[in-house]
Amino acid sequence: MTYVVFGLFGILTLGGGILVVTSRNLVRAAASLVLSFFGIAGLYVLLEAGFMAAAQILIYIGAIAILIIFAVMLTQRVAAGNRVAMNSQWPWALLVSALTFALLVYIINIVWPLGIRAENVPVLAADPTRGLGMALVDWGQYVLPFEVASILLLGAMVGSIFIAREQHDD
Amino acid sequence: MVPLSWYLITSALLFCIGLYGVFARRNAVAVLMSIELMLNAVNLNLVAFWRFQTPTRPVGLAFAVFVLVVAAAEAAVGLALILSIYRQRKHIVVEDLDLLKL
Amino acid sequence: MDRELLNLLPILVPIPPLAAFFLIVLFTNRVRWLSHTIAVLATIISLGFGVVLLVNGLSMGAHDLAHHPIGNTIEWLPIDGFSNWLQMGAMTDPLTMGMLFFVPTAIFCIIFYSIGYMGYGTEHEDRDYSRFFAFLSLFAAGMFTLVVADNLLLLFVGWEVMGLCSYLLIGFWYDKNYDDPDKTTPRQAAVKAFITTRIGDVIMLLGIAYLYTQTGTLSFAAILRDEQVLHQLATTLVPGMGISIAGLIGLLLFAGTVGKSAQFPLHVWLPDAMEGPTPVSAMIHSAAMVSAGVYMIVRMFPLLSAGWEHGGPPTAPMVAMGLIGAFTALFASTIALAQNDVKRVLAYSTIAQLGYMVAALGIGAYIAAAFHLITHAFFKALLFLGSGSIIHGMEHGAHHANDHHTDAQDMLNMGGLRTKMPWTFWTFLIGGLALSGLPLVTAGFWSKDEILAESFYAMTHGAGGLAPLGAWVFILLAVSAALTAFYTMRQIGLIFWGKPRTKLSKHAHESSWTMILPLVILAFFAITAGWMGIPDDFMGLELGEINFFHHFAGASLVVHPEGITFNWIPLLTSVFVVLLGLGGGYLIYWKEPVKAGEPDPLVKPLGRLYTVLHNKYYFDEFYQAAFVEPTKWVAAKVVYEWMDRGIIDGILHFVGRTTGGIATYVRLFDVHVINGGVDWLKDRFLDGAREFRTIQAGKIQEYMWLSLLIGCAFAYLLIFVLSR
Repeated sequence: MTYVVFGLFGILTLGGGILVVTSRNLVRAAASLVLSFFGIAGLYVLLEAGFMAAAQILIYIGAIAILIIFAVMLTQRVAAGNRVAMNSQWPWALLVSALTFALLVYIINIVWPLGIRAENVPVLAADPTRGLGMALVDWGQYVLPFEVASILLLGAMVGSIFIAREQHDD
Repeated sequence: MVPLSWYLITSALLFCIGLYGVFARRNAVAVLMSIELMLNAVNLNLVAFWRFQTPTRPVGLAFAVFVLVVAAAEAAVGLALILSIYRQRKHIVVEDLDLLKL
Repeated sequence: MDRELLNLLPILVPIPPLAAFFLIVLFTNRVRWLSHTIAVLATIISLGFGVVLLVNGLSMGAHDLAHHPIGNTIEWLPIDGFSNWLQMGAMTDPLTMGMLFFVPTAIFCIIFYSIGYMGYGTEHEDRDYSRFFAFLSLFAAGMFTLVVADNLLLLFVGWEVMGLCSYLLIGFWYDKNYDDPDKTTPRQAAVKAFITTRIGDVIMLLGIAYLYTQTGTLSFAAILRDEQVLHQLATTLVPGMGISIAGLIGLLLFAGTVGKSAQFPLHVWLPDAMEGPTPVSAMIHSAAMVSAGVYMIVRMFPLLSAGWEHGGPPTAPMVAMGLIGAFTALFASTIALAQNDVKRVLAYSTIAQLGYMVAALGIGAYIAAAFHLITHAFFKALLFLGSGSIIHGMEHGAHHANDHHTDAQDMLNMGGLRTKMPWTFWTFLIGGLALSGLPLVTAGFWSKDEILAESFYAMTHGAGGLAPLGAWVFILLAVSAALTAFYTMRQIGLIFWGKPRTKLSKHAHESSWTMILPLVILAFFAITAGWMGIPDDFMGLELGEINFFHHFAGASLVVHPEGITFNWIPLLTSVFVVLLGLGGGYLIYWKEPVKAGEPDPLVKPLGRLYTVLHNKYYFDEFYQAAFVEPTKWVAAKVVYEWMDRGIIDGILHFVGRTTGGIATYVRLFDVHVINGGVDWLKDRFLDGAREFRTIQAGKIQEYMWLSLLIGCAFAYLLIFVLSR
């Protein structure tokens, strides 16, 4: 059963991804991106990472994807129609990506051989979300990166407002 | 449960799809979307490793959360840059953005 | 002071300048007075931390401090699944203590001096005034990081930050061009410094990586204070090479010093670094950058000399250091004889003095090298800031006389500045005498004398290869000392003696108090810094334990180095050569000062040799012909014409034509079935080929896939090799 669900979400993720990089229409690409994000969220559920699944839906689909759709609308002239999606070097890009994939598969296969059955899956801690929350504010663990991340977000917010602001020539 | 290697392969494939998009798309917004795909692939990797290797310590999850934060920041700044470039040059074709060319 | 609190201090030392850098860059860039105030305050705070550490360290005593250095270590990066951690932290042991006082003091003087030098509040105020102070602060942060680091990785971080800052600061006047196309511009000098030091840095990084693979740690305490580890490294041979692991690592690390401290054959960048503003030259030549190279080998000395016993045969890195250091000292001293640019003479003297320190390490004189490093930093900073004051005065003269074609840095254009700039004259004289090593009074004498005494001891008492190495070092350094005294007198004579030779020097005047005050502070240390290293049995007297520096810094080593017994021969040699040089310089340049329009009195007796020396043995020309031109040729011919246009274009043309050919063939065979698809493919490939025919530049996506393609190729190659 889990294999079927895994397959479904996997197809959703990868199919969405392929559509993102191939569609000529950017709005369709953005919609496929949402699809792909949703597939990932499903995979998180299978991995028993409920918090990550929720965060995925909220942040990626709720915020980032919407942001991208806005950007598409702001930068796309509707009258322009469907233009060429790829640059002139796409065959090379395809080749390099395929080579990289083959390399990754080769390495994965050495360390974690491809198999049908998972053996010795360790037992999960009692409440992983609680553990994560504690770890993020624990003095001995991630409190410093956590604070730095919040500063990064603030900086990104201020920076993007500054960059995207209309420049008035005076 | 589905073995770890399946997740890893899925994530590797998603990563390479994103890579292809980054290399080949003309539109800068599409490039940004492809980068988001790659970041998601990385996150899937992190969560999968957490589940199979260190499920008792939230290392993988914490890193995934930080990647999420960085992705959000990157999307905001990247899109702002694209908007401002669009205002100046009326297009966002990555190939033709070669101001640094000598 | 509470030990817990004290342990936090070392890591805090580099923080204020670093914070100053970000504050200036991000916020106070436009408010110039605030920018320099922040930079100066940050250095004062760092100096305060240094002094607190020094006081506490002294009260602990050298032995305790060496065994329990003040500092903190954290577990920074997990390796092998949390079983092992890469440690990161800061510490101060007796050696660091010495550095922690003189580095901030010198840097403080330099930054304070810059306020006047960059013309604050005058019409000559520099356009990028705040940027200058930001970079100086970052430079200081890099040096402090390097000094307090307790492992090689953090040391390397500081090392590279300084490399970046030297590039930024040497090229500070990046838009400056000269009428003479052969003269090095600041841009070129910056690139030259960066690339030349990079050669050494890469080799050094190899050494660090090799050390890590062998010991699994980079912490100084774990490697340098553990005799078992050192013994292991010293006795295991590198497979296939007749040298021990410690020897190979030592040689690789020493290569970093050769680049950073401008030793032969990578010395070429340092004289050109003069193109930066003078405070930068002072920074590079005294407290930071070149000191870093020597500090690193002083710090790593237990590893470099692993397997060596006092008086025994030297190890491979020691032989390399002795040979190169002594040779560099003599070589640079001879060049300095025939230079006319005031800063260039000082630059070559720096190279020579660094050669002293390196050579001292080569014969095992660890303390003497560290001692000379400190005294040299004081008087060299003094001399550079003094020369900056002179140039400033000369430029004022140029402004007054409305003459902007005469070179304000050429010593032949000076003369008679003694009465115009009395403060500069007296402090420069003190610095010059310290550099020459005027007996008994100046700091330079004590440290140089110690090096000569140690090399004489090695020559007479050394076993195996140490005796000839000691002789080589002793003789070359003695000759170099005479030359140093001579060209210092020449320099002072040309600048300050006689009558003004041009309008520039006629109208020169004293610099502002912000520039004079640092000179006075440094002049004080240029004399007194030597008194902490007077040998216990100087001139056979029983002076008790007055050689404070020897006993204190020596405690950093596991085996406390033995002091050598006093010997008259090196002392008399040292006094004799110094007086010889000073006397020669006095007779030639002071008694009958050079008059306007006269050539240098050395031109006639030296003849053709003078031309060779003046052109620095044609090393720049040689490197240009041997390395730079071939690289450009390879870039133009091989990479661009052959690889880009030949291979890559060729492949695409081939693919395009073949596909095109097949398409034509297929069309003949069955036009209607596959027409669309193949035609489309063919067109795309031909488009690609057409794209490639144009010169490739500026397309970011292409760079990305090309670099990943090369990366993949290497990965596959690695897999192929490993699987065989």
